[in-house]
Amino acid sequence: MAMAWVWTIMVVLSLVFGLATGQMAAVGKAALEGAESAVELCIAMAGVICLWTGVMEIMSRCGLTEKLAKCFRPLLRRLLPRASRDTEALAAVSANLSANLLGLGNAATPLGIRAARRMARGCEGVASDELCRLVVLNTASIQLLPTTVAGVRAACGSAAPFDILPAVWLASILSVTAGLLMARLLSRVWRC
Amino acid sequence: MDFSSFVVPTLLSAVAVYALFKKVDVYSALTTGAGEGLNVMIRILPALIGLLTAVYMFRASGAMAWFAQLLSPALEILGIPPETAALLLVRPVSGSGALAVGSDLIKSYGPDSYLGRVAAVMLGSTETTFYTIAVYFGAAGITKTRYTIPAALTADLAGFAAAAFAVRLFFGT
Repeated sequence: MAMAWVWTIMVVLSLVFGLATGQMAAVGKAALEGAESAVELCIAMAGVICLWTGVMEIMSRCGLTEKLAKCFRPLLRRLLPRASRDTEALAAVSANLSANLLGLGNAATPLGIRAARRMARGCEGVASDELCRLVVLNTASIQLLPTTVAGVRAACGSAAPFDILPAVWLASILSVTAGLLMARLLSRVWRC
Repeated sequence: MDFSSFVVPTLLSAVAVYALFKKVDVYSALTTGAGEGLNVMIRILPALIGLLTAVYMFRASGAMAWFAQLLSPALEILGIPPETAALLLVRPVSGSGALAVGSDLIKSYGPDSYLGRVAAVMLGSTETTFYTIAVYFGAAGITKTRYTIPAALTADLAGFAAAAFAVRLFFGT
């Protein structure tokens, strides 16, 4: 329902602003252009995105995803010490993390949910510190290859769609760190 | 020749060789995956049509510029370009909305411009926060989320500021 509000408010505000600024003709034209450009954008970026979902499929079929997941275990033992004692939760979290890193959003969510359910047992509806940390990890995108964005850039005629990789990695690391630090800080003061 | 031009060819060949070595039918995996990608595209297209219509109207009416101006003093402190204000507002709420606003920025300023790159890095380094929180806690039966939302929004805001900072660092303005 949230999007119903966002969309309606945007369209109504456009009408109000269009009236106020006398740009009504431009607003009317823009509505049609927007719809048209959505189709153009989708077609232009479909090639790059489908290529990468294809590569991701190869990666998961040959076990690269699981290999990556194993590399995370030491890090996760420090970040989620209690969940790490539960082998099944640890397996789900590390698989979730590696699916996120590879940009396999559709695979990451069910794995993350499985981990969250196990970690929530005995919590009685209140999020534990570790559960909060798991969700913060998942809300801060940690993607090695931001393929959708690269697809958009390629569609717009970028000279090198992937040249933003180091910038994306740096921004992701800073964002995850800030989120986890804030979580740690708030966990001291915010008790149910 | 910079580092990023090696990423795509190296990754493609490394994955293919490793998979062949593991006796995976590389080509059929590739085409199956690409087919799934097409399904994803078909799923996002209707949302993109609705949202880009609204975004284009919003920009043409002058509302976007007004909001950007309203938020610009706060954004400047964090080093975030005010042109990206709409993206910041939509990003935590809707994934396809953010894609619509971000791709509009990339298209209108150019993919290799400062603003185009900042918008791209913002899209690539943040997530649809509220959706993720709702899905995870909903499935786990958690009703008291405690500090998850403020912590996750801190990560988003830090991600936006870091995106602008990282683009300045690697590409200059």
